[in-house]
Amino acid sequence: MNTESGEHPGAGTADRTGTGPVAAEGPAPAIRLRGVTLGYGDRVVVGPGEPLDLDLPAGRTTAIIGANGCGKSTLLRGLTRQLPLLTGTLEVLGRSVDRWPARSYARTVALLPQSPVAPDGMTVEQLVDRGRHPHRGWFGARTAADTEAIARALELTDLVDLAGTDVSELSGGQRQRAWLALVLAQQTPVVLLDEPTSYLDLSHQVELMDLVRSLPDSTAAGRRATVVAVLHELNLAARSADHIVAMAGGQVVAAGPPGQVMTPALLEEVYGLDADVVPDPLLGHPVVLPRTPADRLEG
Amino acid sequence: MSAPARPAAPAPADLPAAAPVAVAAVRSLQSGSRRRLLAVTCSLAVALVLAMGVRVLLGAYTVTIPDFVAILGGETIPGASFIVLQEKLPRAVAGALAGAGFGAAGALFRRTLRNPLASPDILGVTQGAAVAAVGMLVLDAGAGGGAVMAAAALAGGLAATAVVLGFSTAGRSGGRLGAGTPGGSGGLAGALGGTAFIVAGIAVATLCQAVLSGAMLSLNQHDLQSAAIWTAGSLNAVTWERIAVLAVLLVVLLPAGGTLHAHLAPADLGGELAHGLGSRPGRTGLGALAVGALLAAAATAATGPLAFVALLSTPVARGLTGGRPSLPVAALCGAVIVVVADFLAAEAFGGARLPTGVLTGAAGAPLMLWLLVRSGRRS
Repeated sequence: MNTESGEHPGAGTADRTGTGPVAAEGPAPAIRLRGVTLGYGDRVVVGPGEPLDLDLPAGRTTAIIGANGCGKSTLLRGLTRQLPLLTGTLEVLGRSVDRWPARSYARTVALLPQSPVAPDGMTVEQLVDRGRHPHRGWFGARTAADTEAIARALELTDLVDLAGTDVSELSGGQRQRAWLALVLAQQTPVVLLDEPTSYLDLSHQVELMDLVRSLPDSTAAGRRATVVAVLHELNLAARSADHIVAMAGGQVVAAGPPGQVMTPALLEEVYGLDADVVPDPLLGHPVVLPRTPADRLEG
Repeated sequence: MSAPARPAAPAPADLPAAAPVAVAAVRSLQSGSRRRLLAVTCSLAVALVLAMGVRVLLGAYTVTIPDFVAILGGETIPGASFIVLQEKLPRAVAGALAGAGFGAAGALFRRTLRNPLASPDILGVTQGAAVAAVGMLVLDAGAGGGAVMAAAALAGGLAATAVVLGFSTAGRSGGRLGAGTPGGSGGLAGALGGTAFIVAGIAVATLCQAVLSGAMLSLNQHDLQSAAIWTAGSLNAVTWERIAVLAVLLVVLLPAGGTLHAHLAPADLGGELAHGLGSRPGRTGLGALAVGALLAAAATAATGPLAFVALLSTPVARGLTGGRPSLPVAALCGAVIVVVADFLAAEAFGGARLPTGVLTGAAGAPLMLWLLVRSGRRS
């Protein structure tokens, strides 16, 4: 299970000990899993063999990476409570999620799924308005707080000018920003994103993730939201995330800052990928350069 | 640093406020769509009153407004009183009520199943209700009172819905009904969003149609005639008793349907996002389908299965509101459609008085084809 390459002691096991390596904001993690297993029926997908312990730091952007089928989407389903825990405990902001009512939970944890459905003939404003659902009462009357939250979400995602546009007329990048705005209008301290950059071209991927990593916590002034994103793009993850969780075979094989986690040894273990890792000359984050045997021969 | 046990929103003053420009933009869009919804609702209500007025006062037998007021006031005008109180007025009222029931049922099915073809008259609900009602005739021709027919139709409609639901959830892991676990996109919620429900519904509708044809063969000549007209969808047989039963059911079911419809709003965005928004579309959707099936069955009991009214109302309503789904608007659309169709069926073809359902079917068939082509193009 360990990925130690000698140069980065502790990178692989940091979270196993229960003290996350990112402690700049204090020791309390936003999300704490202990002894967790998740699965479908009899099949345990997350935490087979050894149940999962994992802390996700508050006020930080965490990227979950791993090969297809490694359990990252299942883990996210567990965090949204779509999938009940088979064993173990899940705490969000220090509170156990057991018996946490659905609407109240939706005011704390928001999810942007991989492929949400955009209904026909809906404007951006109407779409973002749906994010206010957990804040409304039974009869769904709109309040000034709703208007304010929608306006703020549109502003953060730079969609004010497109508020009256039909969602189906948006470009791919604009549409993904509109979905993000819906989640922002939900005004939760924790935001979960399932592959938010799929189907976007590179410039929009970078634009979206830069927006994501700077999201304010709308429930506490001057703090950043806790963002947990499943990402496929390794270089994007290394660029945007403060904290990276690498998964393989339903287990966390490494967790920590990108510089510690993104190592050739880890990439070999998680993806079976031969790669060189070099620092970005401008920003300093690790950059993954995939290699094939032919590349090695030429080099 | 403190681990906030209750992440309730603190005083908004602490947070950066949205720019006034953005707030103003959102506010104007909100009030715009609110005004549009209000305007559409009011116009439809006026249109309904006008259509009912036309139905009662005009046609081959015209009634003057003073006469009509006098008749309502209890005065007896030979000939006119009978025609207004036993023929024209009950047809107008029953048409409006049944249309509202069909329209609301269509809106509930459309939103729960997230498919433009999802409607109780496509998915076997009205056919199930019709089978049960005709079954009552077969069993005991004399006992066809309004309440008995209505009860049988309600049971038939619910049974058809349950069968469709059973088939479309069978074989899905975790597809238990009303699963207590916070199940998300799998199980029931997934089944409700899938095409399995539509296919199972069409199969059940076809089956019910076959049973209906078979059952009608065993009726005697007199019952066969009335059953044939009723199954085509007709207001001929409405009585004040049937209207009273339908009105009572609508008073209970329409508010329940409206609340469920509003609560299913997040489900439009797909099961996963709906779950993330704290909505449980599986359980709410089950309730919405039950209420929708009861609404369609109640309307069917009064007027027979008026073809395509439920299917027609929702897209028309959405067109009028600019894409915003609204159950009251869909109900009003259904009411206007049925009253107008009944007037045309009775008066527009000279001596031939067509069953109302023939007219709604003729109008609905092209619309259904158009929806089919459009949904095929999108997916």
